[in-house]
Formats: sequence, C-alpha cells, structure tokens
Amino acid sequence: MTLVADVDVRLDGFHEDLHLEVADGEVVAVLGPNGAGKTTLLRTLAGVLPLDAGRIVLDDLVLDDPARGLLVPADRRPCALVYQDHLLFPHLDALANVAFGPRRHGRSKAEAAAIASDWLERLDVADVAHQRPGSLSGGQSQRVALARALATAPRLLLLDEPMAALDVTQRTAVRALLRDHVVRSGTSCVLVTHDPLDAAALADTLVLVDAGRLVQRGGPSEVARRPASPWVARLLGVNLLQGRVHGRWFDLGAGLAVPVSGQSDGERWATLAHRSVVVTPPAVGTGGGPGPTDGSGVRWSTRVVSVQPTGDRVLLGLEYPVGLTADVPAVGLSGARWTEGMSVQVSIDASGLDLFEPPAV
Amino acid sequence: MSSTAHRVRRPPIVLLVAGVAAIALLALPLVGLVARVSWSTLGSDLTSPAARDALRLSLVCSLWATGLSVVLGLPLAWLLARTEFRGKSVVRAVTVLPLVLPPVVGGVALLLAFGRDGILGRPLFDWFGIQFTFATAGVVLAETFVAMPFLIVTVEAGLQVMDVRFEEVASSLGAGRWATFRLVTVPMISSSLIAGIALTWARALGEFGATITFAGDIQGRTQTLPLAVYLALEGNERVAVALSFLLLVVSFAVLVALRGRWLGAVRR
Repeated sequence: MTLVADVDVRLDGFHEDLHLEVADGEVVAVLGPNGAGKTTLLRTLAGVLPLDAGRIVLDDLVLDDPARGLLVPADRRPCALVYQDHLLFPHLDALANVAFGPRRHGRSKAEAAAIASDWLERLDVADVAHQRPGSLSGGQSQRVALARALATAPRLLLLDEPMAALDVTQRTAVRALLRDHVVRSGTSCVLVTHDPLDAAALADTLVLVDAGRLVQRGGPSEVARRPASPWVARLLGVNLLQGRVHGRWFDLGAGLAVPVSGQSDGERWATLAHRSVVVTPPAVGTGGGPGPTDGSGVRWSTRVVSVQPTGDRVLLGLEYPVGLTADVPAVGLSGARWTEGMSVQVSIDASGLDLFEPPAV
Repeated sequence: MSSTAHRVRRPPIVLLVAGVAAIALLALPLVGLVARVSWSTLGSDLTSPAARDALRLSLVCSLWATGLSVVLGLPLAWLLARTEFRGKSVVRAVTVLPLVLPPVVGGVALLLAFGRDGILGRPLFDWFGIQFTFATAGVVLAETFVAMPFLIVTVEAGLQVMDVRFEEVASSLGAGRWATFRLVTVPMISSSLIAGIALTWARALGEFGATITFAGDIQGRTQTLPLAVYLALEGNERVAVALSFLLLVVSFAVLVALRGRWLGAVRR
C-alpha cells in the first residue's frame, strides 16, 4: 500500500502545502514546531478536514480530490486517528471504547468485545476494561486510545503525539508494541511528534515541516547528520556548527576556528552531538573571561548560560563564541556542581567533525 | 490590620438593603401562598373532577410538548451548532423569540396561523378536518411554541462546549454521521439535554397566555392547571390555592433535580 498525498489547505490565514508519501508498512514521523501544520496534515488524511486543492490517493483509491469533486468521508477511509489527548468517549468504559470501531465495521457485539479484550490485553490495560475514562490515568487512557485505533485494523494509522501522556518505561513498551504491530501487519503509519526519541525509535522516515511547508525528508540518521536548518538540528537534539572553511581552518566566527583537512573553501555546516561537547570546570583561579583562549585550537573558555537537569545528566547551554548545548554528567569532575554564570573550559574533537555544504536557500 | 480586613469584607449598606428587599420580594409571595394552603382539604381539593381533569391534561400536554420539543428541537440545535448556512442568524433569532415574546402575542400568532381561519389552519381543517383551536392538540402546539426554545438554547450551548474532535474520532473509527450523532454526540451532551428537557417541561406545564388565547378554556380538553387556577380564583379560592401549591411543589422539584447543574456551578 502506498499513500501519496498532495495536501493543500487554508485555515484562518494558515496555508499548508506539502507533499507526503508513505509506503507499505512504513512509519513516517512528522516533526515540526507548534503551529507547523502537523495535526492539520493528519486531519486531512483522516478525512475530517477536506482539502482545498491537491489530492490524497491510497493505493489506487482516491480519498480526496477537490478538483474532481471526490471526497471519501472519514468513516469510509481505512484510517484510524489518535489525538494526543486520547479523546476516549467518556460515557463508555474502556472495553466499549475499543469495541466501538469493530462494531461500526459490522462486527457482532460478542466479536467486537472479543477483539477489544484482545487489544486491551496486548496494550497491557486489560485490568481497566470496565472502567470509565474518567478514572483512568493518563498513560492508561493513551494506551486504551491506541487499542481503540488498532482494533479497527486500519491500513493507515494516524497518530498525533501518541506518547505524550506516557512515562519513560511506558513509552519504551508502547514504542516496541507499535513497531512490532506495524512490521507484522504492514500497516502504514504517520506519526506526529516533537520528540526526536519517538521519531528515532519508530520512524523509517522523518518529515520536517515548518509553517505548512516541507523542510526536509529523510531517514533519521541522515537527517540528524545533515539537518537542513538550525531548527531541524535543535529539534533532533544535535548541535549545528555553522562556519566557513579557509584553507586548513573551519572558522566558526568570533575568532574561533577548528583545524580541518581536505576541504575546499566555502560555507560549511557540521553537526556535533550534545555528548561530544566536553565541558570541564576550570581549576579555581585559572578561569579566564568568555571568549577564545586559544584561537588555533579546539579548546576555549566560556560561561554556562543555562542549566537543565535531565535525571543523572545535565544539559548545559553555552553561548559564546558559538551557541552549543552540552550533555554532561550531573556532577562534574571533582564533584563540582553546574551553575549558571560558571566559567568553564569547552573542548570538541575536531577530527570527528563531518563537514557538509549547507542546503541552498 | 484585622479591622481593615473586616471592613473590606462588609458589603456596602446600599447593596445589602437592596439585596434583602429583592429576596423578600421573591420569597414573601411564596410564603403567603403556602400560609394560605388549607391542609385538611388539600387532598379533596386536588382530586375534585375539575382539578383531576386539569392535572391529567397538564401532564399529558406538557409531556407531549416536551417530546415534540426534543424530536424537533434537538436536530435544530445540532444544525445551529454544527453547520453553517445562509440566514443562520435569522433562524437563531426566530428560535429564541418565544423566550421574550409575551405569551399572549404567541397565542394570537398561533391563532392567525393555525386557527380555523389561519393560513395553515384553514387548509388543515378543510382538507383533513384537523382543528387546533379548542382542542387538546392546540394546547400541545401552544406549549411547544413557548417551551421548545428552552430546549434548543440549552442543547445548543452543550453542543458548542463539546469538543468536536470526539465526533472526528468516532468517524475515523467508522461511524457514519447518524451513528456518530446517536452514539457519541447525544450521550456526551446528555446533561445539557436533561436540563433542557426539565426546563422545557416546567415551562410547558406552566404555560397560560398562549394556551388560553389559542386553545381556549374547556374543562377536560384545553383547561390545563394554570387555566384551572385562574378560573378557580374567581369562584373557589381554596381550590386555586391548592392547585397553585401543587405547581409550586413541581417547580421546586425541577429546581432540585437541576441543582447539580446550576446551584453546583454557582458554588464552584
């Protein structure tokens, strides 16, 4: 099965215009900032929002083609839509919520209940089958919502931030389950997320959108290695170094340059993992002011501008001379604690940099 | 410090006096009514043939009017809340007009439309022999005219508050528009619907002006409780008080039934 969609919709001054293809059994993750049009895209595919122009074709079935006046309504599309706030029907218990789809697809009451129990079991929420959504936790609700969508055996699964309400261990479990289901059933899936971990774990292809337009499309590692813009790099959680090669130097501006070899002169970008930025608190009394202390090297001193704990590690924001994020152990060498405004030494391994030409704008 | 806080809490004297006057104005007539109830004869007053007829007729007509209001008003409320069409503001104005229209004017309007000489009433009578004036059907029509707006307004408000994405999810699960309406929309607005039904029924039960103008005042056929009260007041005041007391109890019961919705909402 292949989905080919040319989506063109206008909503209150917002114009979405992008092309999307999803192959048989492929998981496409759509990433982008809030208001980029990710949810709008899902709604057009589900059929709850008609296109203004363009075309949506699933295999050889035209789902939406305003030019020819064709529109297959949502209830006759082999798609299931899961919104991030799960939207379980509050007047039905979990089992009846999941049985809703099979019932509408013509299954008998008993068959629908059996299918629903099975899905609740597989998503590890069988114990809440007879509870109403009001008494479920966020994680339980989200899994019941996924079960409800999967119970209709959709050919195209449309997920809007499906992991938002889950904690880390639940996420891992649900990701594995979704991955497994998609692979085994050949279901195609469009997954809207802004969590790069979801995208990396589930998706075959990343589609990055901003302001209703396609910014980049590619495999997760390819996109992470060659982000098409600074915000793509930010979204994927990698540093993007932007500079210019002069002879044997990759000049990052503000007097900071990194030695390189085998590069012709010109604009270059390079990505740098957060964990590849090494930060050390300088010994007391030796800390210099912000700025490069060694213009010929890959070590300089600067100040920490933000500290964001992430469990046993910390994300440090480093501003000058280049904006970098460093992922470091929560407790640094010699037991020092990271604080804003702290003077630190930063070093990067220049030999590992993979320089590439920035995309033509 | 504490005296300052105390002074801030004390309401301005003007508001206090006006507020007490307002509650007195609302409560004293009810106290007066209850005080005049002749408890020893209450049973027999309420079971006299005229009272029984009025009671039966009021129940039958108000239930019919409520049923009609649901069957016709619920779809109209849905159309107003979920669809866009030309002239929607006019439709909405017509919908709520009976809320502010003097009921007597409503009765006159019904007479001119559905009376024996009315634009619709004449062909209905000439071709089918259907007559609303001086008939129980006329009472139902008058009560529906006056009460249905309560149902439409309440249900439409409930529909506006409901997240339409529930309906989108239902359709993506394979529910057609009718199934979505029946299985998702209606259950999800059930509290609005119940409140609307209670208000509609209470309004229909108390209907007087439009009924007496349009359907007339015939015992056993068009004489509902409010009409019986009005008539009894001129001859047998004790019966009028007894019937009034009955209507007061019913109104109070409706209020109690709705307390979770309104008194509760105010408390929050």
